[in-house]
Amino acid sequence: MRRKGVSYAKYGYIFSIPFVLAYLAFNFLPTLYTLILGFTDMKGLGKTDFKFLDDIFQNFKLILRNPSFITSIKNTLGIWIANFIPQILLALLLTAWFTNNRNKIKGQGFFKVVFYMPNIITAATIAILFDAIFSYPTGPMNSLFQFFGLSETPIFFLINKNTTRGIVAFIQFWMWYGNTMIVLIAGVLGINPELFEASEIDGATSRQTFFNVTLPNLRTILLYTLITSLIGGLSMYDIPRLFQNGGPDNATLTITVFIYNQAFQGSYLYNRAAAASLLLFIIIALASSFIFFILRDKDAIALRKMEKKLRKEYKKAQKSKGGVV
Amino acid sequence: MRHEKTAGQRIYKTIAYIVCVFLTILSIIPFWIMFVNATRSTPEIQQSAISLIPSKYLQNNFAVFEGKSFDPLVGFLNSLIISVGATTLSIYFSSLTAYALVAYQWRLRQPFFAFIMAVMMIPTQVTSIGFYQMMYRIGWTNSFLPLIIPAIASPAIVFFMRQYLLGALHLDIINSGRIDGAGEFHIFNRIILPIMKPALATQAIFAFVANWNNFFMPSILLTDRAKHTMPIMVSQLRGDIYKTELGSIYLGLSLTVLPLFIVYFALSKYIIAGVALGGVKE
Repeated sequence: MRRKGVSYAKYGYIFSIPFVLAYLAFNFLPTLYTLILGFTDMKGLGKTDFKFLDDIFQNFKLILRNPSFITSIKNTLGIWIANFIPQILLALLLTAWFTNNRNKIKGQGFFKVVFYMPNIITAATIAILFDAIFSYPTGPMNSLFQFFGLSETPIFFLINKNTTRGIVAFIQFWMWYGNTMIVLIAGVLGINPELFEASEIDGATSRQTFFNVTLPNLRTILLYTLITSLIGGLSMYDIPRLFQNGGPDNATLTITVFIYNQAFQGSYLYNRAAAASLLLFIIIALASSFIFFILRDKDAIALRKMEKKLRKEYKKAQKSKGGVV
Repeated sequence: MRHEKTAGQRIYKTIAYIVCVFLTILSIIPFWIMFVNATRSTPEIQQSAISLIPSKYLQNNFAVFEGKSFDPLVGFLNSLIISVGATTLSIYFSSLTAYALVAYQWRLRQPFFAFIMAVMMIPTQVTSIGFYQMMYRIGWTNSFLPLIIPAIASPAIVFFMRQYLLGALHLDIINSGRIDGAGEFHIFNRIILPIMKPALATQAIFAFVANWNNFFMPSILLTDRAKHTMPIMVSQLRGDIYKTELGSIYLGLSLTVLPLFIVYFALSKYIIAGVALGGVKE
């Protein structure tokens, strides 16, 4: 069959132009510019001129040797792990409860709405709110401790490094477990119901069904959750910056807070900040390409391959036919 | 169907409900404390920082804001301008890009989509230094433009819109439009956009909330007090001016949360459905 008439292919290009232009101007060029700045002497408020450094990798060397940067990587990973492990476990537990058809939990709609709620509230607001809640010498948390007789004297929570780190991790956990739970429930609802029917007919208990049917089928979604959470965690900024501004004693200094401090505080070291951004970019790009690899559309690829093969065979058949006739 | 309940099942359900109620309290209590303390005076809060009953100092707490850096009305308007502008651009142009990816057969279609997938996850923080320097050079600091115009390229929204169009778009619709003599751009605006309404609404909510809550970029670009957005103003509540005005801190926080609460509880059904949809990216 031959299609007659005009080709519309050019509209594919035309309609993509706004996206491409905006991407080039506001994403690609800034990325390139950040890359360039990382190799220059660009620093100081209001300066726009720069030249390349004699030792071209000097900024990167200095950043990698900066103990604060190393601390910030450790803090970022530590806070992310302390938030992600309890988050995924609780989300899985709630998913198991909410998708259990034999023992239906009532009020699921309400619980979902309430558990997800902290996620849409401004992170800046939540950071300041938790600062107020844990304030010293009087504050809601200290009132609570006194009420339950846990402490006679007020506690200065936010002077302790581990407590403060723990609170940042808790805030992240508290803001995100509801989101993760809803994603996982959607994943379970997407599993072929026949699998659950079969396991019920086989007499499997709820627990066996969850571990042997549900979990293996959630693999892709769990991986997706892991990677998106990792990328979000690596660029965590609002909460640690506004809760204690990276303190006390750099205990909650994350990579992005470090970058901000380099560029917009003290001597405005834009070049060092750019170098640190690039190091973060490399880590995130590796994670992103990993997710792209995992989540690629396997069915579509298989289909395209099949189509190609069929077309080839068809051509071959045509040719051999032609030969006969 | 079995209806009798074993002891084990009863324990299982009791534990599940206890955990769910505990988590509900955990979600609500910080905001409860915030709203109640917004109505209490500093001495009251110092005496006992947790109270379930509101007091009567709301107006006094509000009066403290007069003439200081936290100006809720200015912050609200600035945030609204940025959020509405960025949301409109992002959902319109993302739909257009998604339509280009679904409706037309063109050579670079597949590579272009692969590119969008690849850059979808890159957070703004990693390119912010170059972005700031570029905006500084062209004099776009203290302007809303660098917070609105870049929304034209929103890879994550393009991805979502594409997934939606793959399911909702039939080529017959386009063809009938063509037979009627409509141009391609006209077909998109008049026929395709109405079909995409549910997806547009969902993505508009998320884009709006994300722009409203955005702190990092605005805090770098907007140094002029008259241009401050709501999250920037909130960040200033930690400053020394408010150290002795505890009630006002809670009130300031409440004022930023209130519009989000209204939006959330009015649209929670769609938001929860949207989160679920966004997760199933296969």
